[in-house]
Amino acid sequence: MNNNRILRVLSGEGFNKAVSSIIAIIIGLLFGFLILIIANPDNAVQGFLTILGGGFMGGGQGFGQVLYYATPLIMTGLSVGCAFKTGLFNIGASGQFIIGGATAIYVGVYWTSLGSVHWIVAILCAALVGGLWGALPGLLKAFFNVHEVIATIMMNYIGMYTANYVISHYAYDANRNLSMDVAKTAEIPKWGLDDIFYNQFGAYKETSSLNGGFIIAVVIAIIVYIVFYKTIFGYELMAVGHNKDAGKYAGINSKKQIIMSMIIAGALAGIGGALVFLSGPSARHIAIVDELAVDGFNGISVALLGLSNPIGIIFSSIFIGYLDQGGTYLQSLNYMPEVIEIIVACIIYFSAFSLLFRKFMPTLIKKFNKTDDTGIANKFDDAGIANDKIANNIDNAETQGGQK
Amino acid sequence: MNVVYLIVQQTMFFSIPLLIVALGGMFTERGGVTNIALDGTMIMGAFTSILFINNMQDSMSGTGLLLIACVIAALTGGIFSLLLAYSAINMKADQIIGGTALNMFAPAFCVFAARTVQDLGVQQIQFNNTFRVMKVPVLGDIPIIGKMFFQNTYITTLIGIIILIIAVVVIYKTRFGLRLRACGEHPQAADSVGINVYKMRYAGVFISGVLGGLGGLVFIIPTSTNFDSNVAGYGFLALAVMIFGQWKPVRIALAAAFFGFMKTIAAAYNLIPFLDNLPVTSEFYKAIPFVATLIVLALSSKKSSAPAAVAQPYDKGSR
Repeated sequence: MNNNRILRVLSGEGFNKAVSSIIAIIIGLLFGFLILIIANPDNAVQGFLTILGGGFMGGGQGFGQVLYYATPLIMTGLSVGCAFKTGLFNIGASGQFIIGGATAIYVGVYWTSLGSVHWIVAILCAALVGGLWGALPGLLKAFFNVHEVIATIMMNYIGMYTANYVISHYAYDANRNLSMDVAKTAEIPKWGLDDIFYNQFGAYKETSSLNGGFIIAVVIAIIVYIVFYKTIFGYELMAVGHNKDAGKYAGINSKKQIIMSMIIAGALAGIGGALVFLSGPSARHIAIVDELAVDGFNGISVALLGLSNPIGIIFSSIFIGYLDQGGTYLQSLNYMPEVIEIIVACIIYFSAFSLLFRKFMPTLIKKFNKTDDTGIANKFDDAGIANDKIANNIDNAETQGGQK
Repeated sequence: MNVVYLIVQQTMFFSIPLLIVALGGMFTERGGVTNIALDGTMIMGAFTSILFINNMQDSMSGTGLLLIACVIAALTGGIFSLLLAYSAINMKADQIIGGTALNMFAPAFCVFAARTVQDLGVQQIQFNNTFRVMKVPVLGDIPIIGKMFFQNTYITTLIGIIILIIAVVVIYKTRFGLRLRACGEHPQAADSVGINVYKMRYAGVFISGVLGGLGGLVFIIPTSTNFDSNVAGYGFLALAVMIFGQWKPVRIALAAAFFGFMKTIAAAYNLIPFLDNLPVTSEFYKAIPFVATLIVLALSSKKSSAPAAVAQPYDKGSR
């Protein structure tokens, strides 16, 4: 009996998806190792170990930094993942993220009379503007049939230039060539996290940039999970994503759903911008460069690795943050930290192959199954494959919805 | 009048790469594969070819060197695009995800490689611009038109126009073009009359890679003297040009000219006295091409004539 349960788990949809993510991660890491070997064979092994052990090498402060890097990724990952669930591909998380960040900085610098609710207002404003940034491609898609991929890419650039304009004209620190520090009241409280993640050097306590933003992101992820999986509103959003025509037939207004889910996606990414940039003088600032924020694109990888599941996205964000932190230590070995981005790109490339893995896995299990010769197990296995077929069909509908 | 000449010349510098890359996008989409990785393909093509120029410029110069660089850029792009073809055609993976991965890979790889290959870990690759053709013989002496199109130009402009002509002929007048279009419209039907859909789609993606890589070099040469693993989102603009051009070569050329003009205003607004006096900042002008794209797409997407089977993996077994 116990054996059957294991088999059922092994041939189930969730397990196969998770395995395909893990295979993609392993291939990506091996490719990164190969790049290190080609660039400089002498340090390659040490470099690879640095990537693998990266997040833990900096002690408590280092791991706090990992969680700080993960915070925006959770938000942009949720942004991309939510849009995925509703059949839309939001490449625009980058623009929504940076415009949210610029809004938060503007509010954080100027609206100082708000006192203790200052940082909350800053986050809400970022969500609002981010939501607007997502709403526009949603409107264009719903009413003008403009493909959301192209529209969100354009909004990325418009967002970047608008953020540059806001920062360079209203909140520019010429000495550091960065955005100004926000007021103390606009910084997100630490909520005791600085007492957990720190390194002690004699009397000096080295803390990380981590603050309550990480907790907020995790709570939002849980809320998103509940909204999507436990409410009618979320069900309607996903129904349109799975099959637009069926959704229409069931009386769901698909235009409204498209706009709604793009607003949600934009607001989530906008909050991500606020959580990063409201984190004190030593944390990240906006630099005036003509480059798209990488957080938005990493959100795509995070969403793919987390299988668009809000809880999965929390873990995949921490994983990518962990790799990023490892990348910062790579420079001491004369490697460029860009190798991390190369690895992440590889992981995405191979995770797109997951269909193959998912076809391959049940076959493998079936072979294994035949040798142990129990009829019941076979039955369960067949059921698993049938489930898988349904899952694939849903998946296809999902991707096609995103591409139409 | 000098300002007008300058604007026309600049518009050509910006339009030709858009034209080349958008035609590449047309070939792959007509075959049924969406290549959102054109931006990354441009970066890869520009990277290898400019690295080549950087290494060879002591012993060679002028149009000859540029032509060899063009071949290298095209080959790089073609090979790079095979990664997309493999994932989209053999693996039946989501084409937009595969393309996004390649778009992430290209700039990271180029920065990594440039800093590893060059002394002192410099990220930018410098090159001397010895490719400018000051005046085309005979044609450059024609009044007005000569000054606009045949002075202060590059061989790449001619290449772009030749590619346009070839594209028109190939897509509408050859057996290959007809078959490619069939694979993008109804691959099952194409398969049923004995066309190898996978092969045709590979060909379409490869052509887009060749043109994308070439477009990367063609974009960098007239507008800069160093390459910083970046083509300013041109690959994405090219996709918009392709949609605005409704997947038809001549309309794509007109769309490219329009966008080139927008980009010229963004880059050279301070040369135009009227625009320079307006109380508007540089960020506004830089955003113009992207805002214009959105508006144009909103106006032109309603009646889209996109190939019917674009972005759908072809599965022989499916019904």
